Amino acid sequence: MRTTPRIRSERDWKNMEQIAGNGLLHRRAFLRGGAALAGAMTGYTMVQSASAQQLVDDPWSLAPGAAVPDYGVRSRFEKNVVRTLSNPTAEPRTQHARTPHHLLNGTFTPNGLHFVISHAGDPDIDPDKHRLAIHGLVKQPLVFTLDALGRYPMVSRMTFLECGGNSAPLFSKEPIQASVQALHGLVSCAEWTGVRLSTLLEEAGIDPKAKWLIAEGADAPHLSRSVPLSKALDDAMIALYQNGERLMPGNGYPMRLILPGWEGNMNIKWLRRIQLTELPGMSFYEARTYAPILPGGKAYQFYFLQEVKSFITHPSPGLALKGPGFYEISGVAYSGNGRISKVMVSADGGRSWAQAALQEAVQSKAFTRFRVPWRWDGGAAVLQSRAWDEAGYAQPTRGELVAVRGETTRVPPVTGFPSQHYNAITTWAVDRNGEVKHVYA
Amino acid sequence: MYTRKLRGSVVVLTLILGSSAAFAQAPNLGKPINPAEIVAWDINILPDGTGLPPGSGTPAEGARIYSAKCSACHGQNGKGGPNAALAGGNPIKDMESEKTIANFWPFATTIFDYIRRAMPWRQPRSLANDEVYALTAYILSLNKLIGENDAMNAQTLPKVRMPNQGGFIIRFPDKL
Repeated sequence: MRTTPRIRSERDWKNMEQIAGNGLLHRRAFLRGGAALAGAMTGYTMVQSASAQQLVDDPWSLAPGAAVPDYGVRSRFEKNVVRTLSNPTAEPRTQHARTPHHLLNGTFTPNGLHFVISHAGDPDIDPDKHRLAIHGLVKQPLVFTLDALGRYPMVSRMTFLECGGNSAPLFSKEPIQASVQALHGLVSCAEWTGVRLSTLLEEAGIDPKAKWLIAEGADAPHLSRSVPLSKALDDAMIALYQNGERLMPGNGYPMRLILPGWEGNMNIKWLRRIQLTELPGMSFYEARTYAPILPGGKAYQFYFLQEVKSFITHPSPGLALKGPGFYEISGVAYSGNGRISKVMVSADGGRSWAQAALQEAVQSKAFTRFRVPWRWDGGAAVLQSRAWDEAGYAQPTRGELVAVRGETTRVPPVTGFPSQHYNAITTWAVDRNGEVKHVYA
Repeated sequence: MYTRKLRGSVVVLTLILGSSAAFAQAPNLGKPINPAEIVAWDINILPDGTGLPPGSGTPAEGARIYSAKCSACHGQNGKGGPNAALAGGNPIKDMESEKTIANFWPFATTIFDYIRRAMPWRQPRSLANDEVYALTAYILSLNKLIGENDAMNAQTLPKVRMPNQGGFIIRFPDKL
């Protein structure tokens, strides 16, 4: 720790309660200390005010601005805030677009930055011609238009969607140097609005023999997944709106299945058909792709659940710290089992922990933003976050997860998927230059 | 618009009558459709063979179709090309083992289902059912999972025993 931090007063710092090693402060330090102290905390501000500049009117303040567009676009200074694309020329294989978590904040993902995986491109669906058929083990097969569904009672809920293969680079035996976007970009969170699936299934009349449904998209591969009927009747939704507007084409326009907290691939996009069945279909994606292999050669089947997880977005690789002083460590936590109950953050590689503040309202199966005030002393630090959910599950350490699930013997490409369902702790190492690296600890 | 008082009475009524009251008030805007009208979309195949259509195909017939429509991506004789190999594969040991049809897929019906819904990549749903049966037979034959003269059809395909059928552990049985 520096003996003379670059702040207004040594005494102010000491008033701040360090709650865990390497400078982690109490999550309510600001509330306790009051606004004046909070001002003193911001090392940046003090550094800048020491070389205060003359404030002037810039050109944009001296003439009227641009015409307001009919559909808003962000500032030209934000053009670097984009998804990364695994297959930008749409070669005949899957396309992935990853969310830039390190350039966002809050708890939901803007529609243009929501992650997308398309196995054969995004279909260009005419909403007036699109149909949703419900058939199989029902009393009366039914077909719905988008207009008809728009007249049903609707519900809105925030929910994260996560690819079963998100974070797969962390199965690598050695930490892959990449951004949080590359490592964890296949999860996003949005408010989805639509019709409860149970409403439509009850209208069709569920045959008591039905135990599963097979949902299918109108995309070229007619992607299909089997869903236990119990999930369909619990909290499944046919979503028609994403963050208040119609779904993005990459996210299933004009309608998709939403299964809160369950593997992204099951949340069928461009949904056109639901067949109730006694058995699961054992489609390509459930029989082969989303069946992670365990050490020894057996494989998990029907993993479905996206388990409790968190990662730090600020700071993270690519977001270097610009000198010692105050920073807020923040990130997202979520669980397919319900609400996040607690997030702990460490700055010393897990030796000591500080409880993070959780952004209200903490919603079930949705991103929860966590924050911890941090005084970086300019030395090496090792940052981790660990989440717990209301069902009592704790995010595992990487050691705990790898002991059960295994890891690779070679370093895979960062865009590869050696396995799925990685939810263990992510570790960032901060060096004395403020550079952030991905490490295992 | 309901008054507060009226809305309260609706709640009470719903509680008394339960879901039947809710059902009676549902929009009921789904249009009845008969099975004949769903045929073109009704393509799910279950592992017990439910959904398999009439038709049949042999490995030899499949080989001809494969050369014309599949080999550009999957290589000659299913050895793999720009896209996955369809024949062979070493035993599954760990996450770095390549999942193949022969060493991993638990049910042969998945081959028919996936080819028919998704292949060929640029012309999905362009194959006749006989052609899908023939390609399925060809792939199973390449992997020596059936004889080279065995025809695949709605009766024979579900009976094909896949080597790794017992290789799976249901992750969360309580979710099913």
